[in-house]
Amino acid sequence: MTATVDTRNALVADGITVRFGGLVAVRNVSFTIPERGIVSLIGPNGAGKTTFFNVLTGLYRPTTGSVTLGDKDVTGLSPHTIASMGMGRTFQNIRLFGLMTAAENVMVAMHSHTTSNIFQIVGKTRHQRREEKEGREFAQELLDFVGVGRHADEYARNLSYGDQRRLEVARALALRPRVLLLDEPTAGMNPQESAVFVDFVRRVREQRGLSILLIEHDMSVVMRVSERITVLDQGEKIAEGGPDDIRNNPRVVEAYLGRTGTEGSAR
Amino acid sequence: MALSTPEAVGTAPAKSDLGSSHTKRWALWFTAIAVLVWVFYSFILPYLGSGAQTLVREWMPLGSINEALVWVICAVGLNVVVGYAGLLDLGFVAFWAIGGYTAGWLMSTFFNQISNGIYVLSAAPPNQPGIHLNFWLVLVAAGCVCAGAGIIIGAPTLRLKSDYLALVTLGFGEIIPQVFLNGADIHGFNFTNGALGIAPLDNISPLPFGPSTVTIGKATIAISKPLGPFDVTAKYVIFVLVAAFCVFVSLRIREGRLGRAWLAIREDELAASMMGVPLMRTKLAAYAVGAFMGGLGGVVYAVHNNSVFPDRFSFAISIILLAMVVLGGMGNVWGVIVGALVLAWFNSTGLPQFGQSFNSQFGTDINFPSYNYLLFGAILVLMMLFRREGLFPETRTRQVLQEAERSDDEELDGGEV
Repeated sequence: MTATVDTRNALVADGITVRFGGLVAVRNVSFTIPERGIVSLIGPNGAGKTTFFNVLTGLYRPTTGSVTLGDKDVTGLSPHTIASMGMGRTFQNIRLFGLMTAAENVMVAMHSHTTSNIFQIVGKTRHQRREEKEGREFAQELLDFVGVGRHADEYARNLSYGDQRRLEVARALALRPRVLLLDEPTAGMNPQESAVFVDFVRRVREQRGLSILLIEHDMSVVMRVSERITVLDQGEKIAEGGPDDIRNNPRVVEAYLGRTGTEGSAR
Repeated sequence: MALSTPEAVGTAPAKSDLGSSHTKRWALWFTAIAVLVWVFYSFILPYLGSGAQTLVREWMPLGSINEALVWVICAVGLNVVVGYAGLLDLGFVAFWAIGGYTAGWLMSTFFNQISNGIYVLSAAPPNQPGIHLNFWLVLVAAGCVCAGAGIIIGAPTLRLKSDYLALVTLGFGEIIPQVFLNGADIHGFNFTNGALGIAPLDNISPLPFGPSTVTIGKATIAISKPLGPFDVTAKYVIFVLVAAFCVFVSLRIREGRLGRAWLAIREDELAASMMGVPLMRTKLAAYAVGAFMGGLGGVVYAVHNNSVFPDRFSFAISIILLAMVVLGGMGNVWGVIVGALVLAWFNSTGLPQFGQSFNSQFGTDINFPSYNYLLFGAILVLMMLFRREGLFPETRTRQVLQEAERSDDEELDGGEV
């Protein structure tokens, strides 16, 4: 609907294969995230979604294939480098820094965008104080944006489950990412909360001007929010297209529900 | 949830304000106590009766306080590594030793190959062989050497996770003192003087410039005079200043960008790296800062003893330092200071004195100091059972450890929602 005439891709993964010993977890998957697009990656358990995700964030090095973020090849770079180049993510099982306040959590993610060295920190130079002040303000802005602004000085572990999910998004946004990867963000949410979340994802995209990749199990969320859906099964891409295409794609239905014994074997 | 909310709201939002005023109060207390101790030993004690003097000399000699300050400096350094960044280091004694030997090399006649001597603002008598640097320069040099050593040791080591890291640091803690012990003949070059150690060290001058004719002090403390081995009061002042510097650095770093990154690594390494925190570099920084302070501690220890001997740097030191950090409260500098002072005093003076009075009272012949590790062990076990967070824990840590049950419930709730 926001037909931003921007056909460039924020992220391109080309021919990714990941092999663990003899096991091929992801086989020759190519994938793009258009600039300011919202795309989803779905598939049954064990389809290789998480492995693929970990390749994008730099946790695994692909056996073959390349990942390009913006116009830079990031294949094989360390996670923190890729993160600082504009890849923010959240975690399926929330991984906040529990004993740090919400604001501190967000400020950690600004690490790569700040430059104060150890002497400037100990000396509290003007540069350092300005950086801290700007960091705190930006953190508050992001916390307000995701709606946990009033909990800025509360320890992350004390926040409610929903607020922790939001805080994770705020933390990822502090990286000033080009691409935001959300790993099962609605896990543990009831239908109303999920519906609110769908709007939230759109708002993040609109106001922060970034591209979003969603890994999600909740089909209602996926169908509502995604502009394009990619389906993985057994490490291979079996379908790609808009929500309606995917809904009616027989291979997808097969992957999720199993084959009816009469059909011929494709494998 | 309902149970937790009021408490959380009560403690957490005020945290940042509370934290700084809390820090100020502790800083004030420590300055006051440090000054009081100085005033007491230099002005009040000489006028007390001989009974009181003996009592103080037996139970709380200034020398033992000075030694305790050495422990404080090293424990505060270890706290940066263990308490801030959460990296278990069982070989911190290595930095203590390197610092000590750096002092030995740069402040004595040890390198007698240099027959005319190299003098830099030194208080040592002229025309001696060896290198004679000003004490304050030696502090800086030893700190930098140790920070470098920390990076060299850390670079291969820090790729390991928790237990493995602890084991490898343990190895380095054993290797370094052995190097010093066996360094008397490295291809014919006497590097460390082996088991004989390096002694005596130069007299130090209390000011960053050498012994000059500037006499600022009055008769009681002649500031510009070189301090001999027995000038305990002036050394006390110097040691307190060094300790205060370490505390200051610890507190300042904690507030900034680096301290946050350390905390994040302590909390969740993977998440930290995914948020753009370079793990290796950040951990190395913790190691370097900790080692720098360890180096300062080493120099101060060498000056305190007026000598450096390799057998002083045993594995037990690393463990005692760790016990100090744990006992005081990991991550909280003030707690660590208290832990270090208490344990160091107990080890050097308290236990022997107590044993002596006990033995003379009951006519027994128990060697109390030999039971010190038994007592340390017992204290640690009791702490782990009843007060895992240490005597004066960080505000953050107190939360988890005291409310462990509640947090379990919360996680269950979270899973079910």
